Amino acid sequence: MNRYLPTAKDYGVIPCRACGMVSRPAPTAEVQHCPRCNARLHPRKPGSITGCTAFLAAGYILYLPANLLPILETRSLDGTQENTIMGGIFSLWDSGSWEIAIIVFIASILVPLFKLIALTLLVFSVRGRLLWRPMQRTKAYRLLRLVGRWSMLDIYVAAILTTLVQFRFLANIEVGPAALPFGAVVVVTMIAAMQFDPRLIWDPVKEKGDRHE
Amino acid sequence: MWESRFPAKQMSSREQETKNPAEPKPAPPAPLIACPECDLLQREVAVPLGGTARCLRCGAVLYRSIRHSLDVTLAFLLAAAMLYLISNIYPMVGLEAQGVLNHTSLLGAVHALLEQHLQIVALLVFVTAVLAPAVEIGAMIYLLLPLRFGRLAPGSALVLRTVGKVKQWNMIEVFMLGLLVSLVKLMKFANVVPEIALWSFAGLTLLMTAAAASFDQHGIWRMVSRRGSAETESIS
Repeated sequence: MNRYLPTAKDYGVIPCRACGMVSRPAPTAEVQHCPRCNARLHPRKPGSITGCTAFLAAGYILYLPANLLPILETRSLDGTQENTIMGGIFSLWDSGSWEIAIIVFIASILVPLFKLIALTLLVFSVRGRLLWRPMQRTKAYRLLRLVGRWSMLDIYVAAILTTLVQFRFLANIEVGPAALPFGAVVVVTMIAAMQFDPRLIWDPVKEKGDRHE
Repeated sequence: MWESRFPAKQMSSREQETKNPAEPKPAPPAPLIACPECDLLQREVAVPLGGTARCLRCGAVLYRSIRHSLDVTLAFLLAAAMLYLISNIYPMVGLEAQGVLNHTSLLGAVHALLEQHLQIVALLVFVTAVLAPAVEIGAMIYLLLPLRFGRLAPGSALVLRTVGKVKQWNMIEVFMLGLLVSLVKLMKFANVVPEIALWSFAGLTLLMTAAAASFDQHGIWRMVSRRGSAETESIS
């Protein structure tokens, strides 16, 4: 299709990101507000790429302690056992609950990794104004937004276990130092994904030609 | 599911000359909508009941047409509100060993995190599993209940904006899965005793998902702006 497909930006109108109403801003330099819901109007999310990059960097940095430090410390008569996230997955697998091991692996290892890597690639592709497969990139972005919250799984599990397993002569579970960095990774990568404006993927596609798959 | 794709139209409105002055004026062109994911400018088109309007270029969902959206959403929300209260008052699960039963509610788990000096993690759990669902349910009821009776609650626009922002931080489904995974892990230690809140959380998760699925955001915004006092200067 080589038809001219107009974007809101081309026409100088701005869709409100809260309520969707399309309006034309007055030609002053001040930030305008949506006539329907009063939210601030921006043609593209301000500081989208810088903000996303900053949060991504934080996510990478926090990813190391989140996975290297133990998330749970089990004190029992046999001694103290410290488990990292990966260690917990192995112990689930060994004790026979391999389905749960897979769920935790996906939620706590794969998903954060996917978010970090995919978002990094998206940021690079936008920075370089690449024309490569905008449809695929948009689908990746949608997946990112959908899947991000599921990494919180391990935090909830740790919280519940530590509350219940408090038996003086049987076992005591305490939450390990990985909890804070891991929770931070989840939050930070979620915010990074929220900062990213997917319309930036399509901006160069409009300018250089109509190629979309 | 019915899908209708509509072509991008130009901005200038098409005007028809009315030869007969008694004829009604031509309807104004449909409102403009810009795709939130690829910014393509398009015009809204009527969607059959149960259908979805998607962006012509990237397929993003623009808006849906949901049967009895207001009533159905309200029904789910009110039920969810009741289950929410039950879920937070009663314990979720108990672990029995050595003649002692340790059981806890969600707030109890937050408290346990505070006792271990993990205040930020406790805050994270509290915000995502207790506060966000409460704000989402409460705000939506505040907004939708008056609308059901033809009235507009004060500050509806602000409340609707808040609902949009808080939805992303509501992780009750993840918490539900976390609860189930914990059950499996707990079975290794001792006797697991399911409690009331386990079932009510399951119900709450389903109800909130159903409410979100039947919530017609686009339509509600139209209702809010039509009945509100704000002047709308949209481009037509």
